[in-house]
Amino acid sequence: MIEIQNLTKTFSTAAGDVAALSDVSLTIGDGDIFGIIGMSGAGKSTLVRCINMLERPTEGKILIGGVDIGSLGKKDLRQQRRDIAMIFQSFNLLMQRTCLKNICFPMELAGKKKAEAKKRAMELLEIVGLPDKANAYPAQLSGGQQQRVAIARALASDPKVLLCDEATSALDPKTTHSILELIRDINEKLGLTVIVITHQMQVVEDICRHVAILDNGRVVEQGSVSDIFASPKSDAARHLVFPEGFEPSVFDADPSCFRVRVVFNGDDTATMPVIAKMAAEKGILANIMAASTKTVQGKAYGTMLLGVDSKENTAQVIDYLAQYGVFAEEVE
Amino acid sequence: MFTNVFTPEGWTEALSVIKTEFLMGIWETFYVTVVSTFFALVIGLPLGVLLVAGDKDGVLPLPRAFMQALNVIINLLRSIPFLILMIMAFPIARALIGTTIGTKASIVPLVIAAFPFVARLVESSLREVNPNIIEAAQSMGASPMQIICKVMIPESVPSLISNATIAITTILGYSAMSGIIGGGGLGKIAINYGYYRYKYLIMYAAVILLVVMVQIFQSLGTRLAVRLDKRLKHG
Repeated sequence: MIEIQNLTKTFSTAAGDVAALSDVSLTIGDGDIFGIIGMSGAGKSTLVRCINMLERPTEGKILIGGVDIGSLGKKDLRQQRRDIAMIFQSFNLLMQRTCLKNICFPMELAGKKKAEAKKRAMELLEIVGLPDKANAYPAQLSGGQQQRVAIARALASDPKVLLCDEATSALDPKTTHSILELIRDINEKLGLTVIVITHQMQVVEDICRHVAILDNGRVVEQGSVSDIFASPKSDAARHLVFPEGFEPSVFDADPSCFRVRVVFNGDDTATMPVIAKMAAEKGILANIMAASTKTVQGKAYGTMLLGVDSKENTAQVIDYLAQYGVFAEEVE
Repeated sequence: MFTNVFTPEGWTEALSVIKTEFLMGIWETFYVTVVSTFFALVIGLPLGVLLVAGDKDGVLPLPRAFMQALNVIINLLRSIPFLILMIMAFPIARALIGTTIGTKASIVPLVIAAFPFVARLVESSLREVNPNIIEAAQSMGASPMQIICKVMIPESVPSLISNATIAITTILGYSAMSGIIGGGGLGKIAINYGYYRYKYLIMYAAVILLVVMVQIFQSLGTRLAVRLDKRLKHG
């Protein structure tokens, strides 16, 4: 378990002190995929850098498995960092080393035997789906491939936590999707805790179970992803869930109306008018209260909020959409 | 004064000097340059690493007073004109080599002049390393020494080689200057015949050879730097 307690980070600049984080407290369970989302400058990167002490917090504590890592000496901290792997927006591979040697790097730091490290690196390349790129240099790979190598390198030290700092922000939507799938896969297979820093709601929607919304250095909202999506309470959350902007009244609408949140996750539903089809086939007239969808490479992404007149129909809507692989759930 | 440069007698004399002295001159210049560059690198490389790593934002921050002293010493040595530095280095040359005259003795002032220059070149190479990559290594639990030896230096190899090439060609130019105080090589030949005896033909020949040597060092260095740079998508 990772406990972030009353974390505050202040930077002194020429123009005075700037608070990057103010009194941030979060608890992240073992094996969770936890999203930390916010706009640029919200303090996300500072927060994630405090977790492995690349940034020293001004106040507050970080406990990982009960250990206060801020109190560790230099040597113990380096040891601890091997348990907290990190991947980055710009991949940060060593450009003068082959992929295989990049993956060997953390094992080299830990003093593992060369032959053993090489064997493990080959296994990891297999896991991330690039077994044929062992001797290629990073410059010869695409962004998505470089991030896969970075993930393999992160896994090389058998970490307990994986920090993803805007890991997909430099990638196109399709590549983003495949990298996120890989991260989810690794989370499931290895059971390691994943903390995802992002400004893209899509990322949170795709893989996170819990999310905290950071605005101006403060956590303005946190909870399970479905709760936040269903009823974002803070302005920052609403802005992130529905970037095009909605009337806030949508969320305080007629209480007698049952609401269903529909998530388009890039399945092949974009070309099919499922809501209209449902009206024709089932006779359920759903009221589209809000929608924020976009089509990327022929696939629909986004969410929609439907108003349905009865509880019974709500269940029917969910079942109907499930046939087409569209996720829907009732929300309060 | 240039009217008698291309006389038949001038050609004959030049050819005989070229035959008897130039081979030795080339060798001496080559030897002095390579040995001086080697020692300048041996001293300058660690100093350059210290300048970057010991910075307040570096991987191994050192006391400010120490860093300031280091910077002052390097700037001081770099601001002394080489001609004067050669004379100032006489006592050191005498202590180390036993004499102040000759090819070996000229290595001493060359190294003293070149190592601060090399330290600055190394500093600029190491500062080019992407700080994000260093941060990534820190996040993996790398120690400052590991970051220096396994990240900063290997990542900047192409740039270090380019800068070593600049150093070697500069040192070659300086080595010619040492001909004035008794250093050997093509510089000595050019000065002795061209400046003291007005044998311009021989001076030109020596200068052309110096130019050729610089060209060779430069193109070898550039080619090596390109070949070793894995950021370029060849091969």
